[in-house]
Amino acid sequence: MELILVQALSGLASAASLFLVASGLSIIFGVTRIVNFAHGAFYMLGAYVAFTLTDRFSGALGFWGGLVAASLIVALLGALMEMVLLRRIYHAPELFQLLATFGVTLMVQDIVVLIWGADDLMGPRAPGFTGAFSLFGRLVPTYDLLLIVLGPAVLGALWLLFHRTRWGVLVRAATQDRDMVACLGVNQKWLFTSVFALGVFLAALGGALQIPRTTVTHYMDLSIIVEVFVVVVIGGLGSVTGAFIAAVLVSELNALGILVLPKISLIAVFLVMAVVLVVRPYGLLGKAERGVRASAGISFRPWKPMSQWERIGAAVLVASAALLPLFAGNYLLSVGSEILVFVLFAASLHFMMTVGGLASFGHAAFFGLGAYGAAFAVKFLGAPMEVALLVGPLFGLIGAVVSGWFCVRLSGVYFAMLTLAFAQIIWSIAFQWVEVTGGDNGILGIWPSAWASSPRGFFWLTLGVSVVGVALLRMLVFSPYGFGLRATRDNTLRSDAIGIDRKSVQWAALLVAGTFAGVAGALFAFLKGSVFPESLAIPISVDGLVMVLLGGIETVSGAVVGAIVYKALAIWLMSQTDLSKLVLGAIIVLLVVAAPKGIVGFIEDWRHRRPPAPNGTGPEAAGKSGTVGIAKMEAAE
Amino acid sequence: MTTLLDVKGLVKSYSGVHAVRDVSFAVRPGEILALIGPNGAGKSTCFNMLNGQIRPDAGSIKLAGEEVVGLPPRTVWRRGVGRTFQITATFSSMTVRENVQVALLSFHRRLWSLFGYAGKSYLDEANELLTLVGMQEQAERPCGELAYGDLKRLELAVALANQPRLLLMDEPTAGMAPKERVELMRLTAGIARRKDIGVLFTEHDMDVVFEHADEVMVLNRGQLVARGTPQQVRSDPHVQAIYLGDGLLYDAKHRKETVQ
Repeated sequence: MELILVQALSGLASAASLFLVASGLSIIFGVTRIVNFAHGAFYMLGAYVAFTLTDRFSGALGFWGGLVAASLIVALLGALMEMVLLRRIYHAPELFQLLATFGVTLMVQDIVVLIWGADDLMGPRAPGFTGAFSLFGRLVPTYDLLLIVLGPAVLGALWLLFHRTRWGVLVRAATQDRDMVACLGVNQKWLFTSVFALGVFLAALGGALQIPRTTVTHYMDLSIIVEVFVVVVIGGLGSVTGAFIAAVLVSELNALGILVLPKISLIAVFLVMAVVLVVRPYGLLGKAERGVRASAGISFRPWKPMSQWERIGAAVLVASAALLPLFAGNYLLSVGSEILVFVLFAASLHFMMTVGGLASFGHAAFFGLGAYGAAFAVKFLGAPMEVALLVGPLFGLIGAVVSGWFCVRLSGVYFAMLTLAFAQIIWSIAFQWVEVTGGDNGILGIWPSAWASSPRGFFWLTLGVSVVGVALLRMLVFSPYGFGLRATRDNTLRSDAIGIDRKSVQWAALLVAGTFAGVAGALFAFLKGSVFPESLAIPISVDGLVMVLLGGIETVSGAVVGAIVYKALAIWLMSQTDLSKLVLGAIIVLLVVAAPKGIVGFIEDWRHRRPPAPNGTGPEAAGKSGTVGIAKMEAAE
Repeated sequence: MTTLLDVKGLVKSYSGVHAVRDVSFAVRPGEILALIGPNGAGKSTCFNMLNGQIRPDAGSIKLAGEEVVGLPPRTVWRRGVGRTFQITATFSSMTVRENVQVALLSFHRRLWSLFGYAGKSYLDEANELLTLVGMQEQAERPCGELAYGDLKRLELAVALANQPRLLLMDEPTAGMAPKERVELMRLTAGIARRKDIGVLFTEHDMDVVFEHADEVMVLNRGQLVARGTPQQVRSDPHVQAIYLGDGLLYDAKHRKETVQ
């Protein structure tokens, strides 16, 4: 009983920082409609800068002055990023904004290591709060008590800010309808910048406040961002009070979950999130999204099957890839196999995202399920590779059946976040169920059959499977089913009015994507000879997203090009420089700003460049009005 | 005379606001019926209940004798109800013809076919529908770059793809140029008469209403207050008071047009 109380107090203390970061993300989303992936990076920067100011330059500002100064410095950096980067992409599809902020996250990860080193840092204790007091014979740090008080205090301060100041009223108005606020003569640029700076300040403060409690590490950004996503989704995007309630809920689940179910403590939070989303699709205090862009995949150049020449070109490319083993060395061939695996993985995500309009943040779930499925078949059934390569996709399919049942109830950002939650659940199982999955140690000894065991043989195997997989997905795009799927993506109102059952059609798209991702995962297991929980983790999901967006979301098969370019670049950079993330992040940011339609989209634009239509509404103008039309229509209904 | 659509005692309220109160009416095959009324009278709510988008609190909606209350829009569509929207709803990433083809694929229950190129399916039927609404020349154009009037005509073609018995048109001519309005309604009326389709439409343009409707119903504060021929409704003093005003505007314009 005492233990529960002490754990509950500790949970409340953790909730403070979580709430600060989540409320910042929520405020930024409310006004700018940007899901700021870099929020975790600002949290981490807050902690690092606060460490420097309080530890290295102690005395100048004092401990508390250091925390505030650190948060202000990071907020300035945030404002700078908003002005330099985000202002250019406010009108881009929301996935691109996400991609850009992710690029920044990558860069910050390397910059932090460059400045502060890779070792964990121990910050100073808070003066006046160094001790602990005894509660039922257990020690509770006094600093925890401070944090417990701080959370509601910040909530109150934010409430006053938003309800009692002119600026706050403008922000709330902009959250409701930012176009209208702009029409009323408010300088939107500075409103957005100040909101962004406030959000980043809160994130940085959340990070700075952590230094007396935990060590400062260069991977604290990804762990917090997932938790924060969960918090804002449970609380409702755009609701500060919702973020507070959800932060407490999540922190308590974490703190008490360990006592009740130590094995599955990680799952508890995500299960609660899934339940909340199914019961209240917009979170506890969230409201239905109004006037949201229909989806990322709106394309204004209708898709056509390949022409004769394009078919021949594709065949030549495949044939020349098949000749690669004749003169390439083993290292190059294994790199080639890895790229091919990711081509199939990216193509499966691309099918969901661009054809189905269903952006997933957690596609690694199906990849990893495929890998583990294959590994289980080998380990527990002693199955040969040929059978294991079928069991893997079956696992992916089953995963898609289960997650799809929940996910198709939602759309847009909420859909994406629920897929993330599902992927994290699967990851937790793989990580914590050591008896079956080997936990962190993974499953070793997953070797291909003799005929495919040489790098050359395996390359041909992956080439064959990937080419067939991509071709099948492409056929599906142009099949009647593909048309129906695109119909649900373009306009749910109309598709419903012509007899299309959106949920079943989209669920089926998830099954297709999950199965093909499972194939890719199974191949990956045999390529590496082992399976680890990392194959289910967020970086794989993000890699997939980047590949799809890099290739171009308005294209039929852009993901193939995106996967080849991104994976090759990533592998090459890794071998060339220690700062691969910095370079990669910079490239992503540049691409989003310079070529928002992706590589293939950029080439297609160049190929189709033609004089504007006679009535003066070229595809560009029509594109914009089309998007607005859809947005307005959804708002009206 | 047979009844195509039989609506009885339709009620819908939103948290205390009575949007639609006890509305009953019937539509015969081939009849063109207008539903008019001031803003907020409950026209759109009525429409959305008829095609299943909103579930009524009470009342029955019978299509050729079969109850459709509680069915989702896609099922109501399968029973033979086509619909166009106040703000056009089309598939902007597809060509004009593909928009119609999707509807045809759905009508023929071929949407779960995984193989074959859908762009080649039901070409003749799609072209026929596009010719019917005068869009055949723009069949290859991306739907996203169409002018608004053309989008309205495309919607009509899509709504006709399931060979409907009843066509619901929510403000079919809103946002169109005067000339286009008359053309679209003339087109609709012609198709309806030829194929014996019942048409129910809402409209704020009284030119369109009084030109093309066989009968007019007036909705006010969620209740039907009048039904009759255009002449009867136009001269009804109650209707003039709540919606039409003194009617001088229409008469003046109408007289001018007939003179011309």
